[in-house]
Amino acid sequence: MTAAELAATDPLGADVGAHFDGPTPSQTVGPYLAIGLPWPDGPDVVPPGTPGAFRIVGTVYDGHGDPVPDAMIETWQADPDGHFDHPDDPRRAAGWRGFGRSATTDAGGYVINTVLPGALPGQAPHVDVSVFARGLLDRVVTRIYFPDHAEAHAADPVLASVPEQRRATLLAVRTDDGYRFDVHLQGPGETVFFDV
Amino acid sequence: MVTPTTQPDATLSNGAPAALPRYRPAPPGSQPPLDFPGYRSTTLRHPSQPLLLLPQRLTEVTGPVLGPGRVGPLDHDLTRQHAGEPIGPRIIVHGTLRDGDGRPVPNSLVEIWQANAGGRYRHKADNWPSPLDPNFTGVGRALTDAHGHYEFVTIKPGAYPWGNHDNAWRPAHIHFSVFGQAFTQRLVTQMYFPDDPLFAHDPIFNSVRDEAARQRLVSSFDLEHTIEQWALGFRFDIVLRGRLATPFEEPHQ
Repeated sequence: MTAAELAATDPLGADVGAHFDGPTPSQTVGPYLAIGLPWPDGPDVVPPGTPGAFRIVGTVYDGHGDPVPDAMIETWQADPDGHFDHPDDPRRAAGWRGFGRSATTDAGGYVINTVLPGALPGQAPHVDVSVFARGLLDRVVTRIYFPDHAEAHAADPVLASVPEQRRATLLAVRTDDGYRFDVHLQGPGETVFFDV
Repeated sequence: MVTPTTQPDATLSNGAPAALPRYRPAPPGSQPPLDFPGYRSTTLRHPSQPLLLLPQRLTEVTGPVLGPGRVGPLDHDLTRQHAGEPIGPRIIVHGTLRDGDGRPVPNSLVEIWQANAGGRYRHKADNWPSPLDPNFTGVGRALTDAHGHYEFVTIKPGAYPWGNHDNAWRPAHIHFSVFGQAFTQRLVTQMYFPDDPLFAHDPIFNSVRDEAARQRLVSSFDLEHTIEQWALGFRFDIVLRGRLATPFEEPHQ
């Protein structure tokens, strides 16, 4: 179902009575997000020293292939059992942070310290990613999949919806101490971005 | 916490919820396009391929629960973070964080950052020749209360020039970052001040094509929150995507 079709099935406010407010629009984070958003422990989805922890590193590139020094990556993922610490997950994994945040360096690089997520119902293990930057009027959303789960990838409905020649843009590449996941905002090898 | 529209009481054999809430898509024109030539920085940074639809499943309808522990006692008062007071008109900025159905989002992190009264950010890349204020960092954090209400004390930021086009100036604004309760609700935006003469010339503000949606970016002067002999009040309510009552049934495995 497309977003437009979903909207059509839900006339404004029809399911909640008369009250409906349109959402506040997004605006760009601008060039100075680094004064407001990074936290010292932002990159740490899991505390340092957590067994099985590794680094995801990557670079954000623009349509010229130049690194983007004023971007920020945010990640959101399940714990190794596929659970979240959230009221809408009844298996609630109390204390699981699941969230990472890293502004890019002058060289466009970011780092996230985490562990592999578990499988989700009907989906291969994945990390949801938001990318913010000067020049992005709204965030763009993508997903990281890991080479460790090739079998699950074959059955994953989201990957199946992505044209085969573009699927590799969602796949992290193994490194000595974790994985690399570069983001190409535009151009050759453009990362697959999603409408949520 | 907010009572979910759909209680995840029914579960699959693996314990996962059998039904998930869904979040409404934004109405057409209410969000800015990623490709907006008037704002030059979008040129090389917008995806050229169409976005693919990501179904809202467990990862998308959950989100980080960030609250206490992220906010220090003076984080909400940007005028008291240094030895002296910053220069500029002292203001109170407050409002509620709600979803599109009017449900407040309680105990939720609100982050702001802004320029000083002269329009200068405390950032190494900001070279605009207006002085830094030794008493102003321009960064704040607050939690919404049980009713979704937040409040900051700060100074009114100044307009500043940028290189986007000939004689380009950004209208005064405060950057806001909020999470809501789900990955789908994540929002970073900018709050503007009423009646700014620069609105007509600002491509970032005007990238929101729907007039009513654009006006939701503009705070309103609030006499009730204005404190005599001390500070002007401005109200900025933030609305996140609402939840649909019809749940999405997870496929049984």
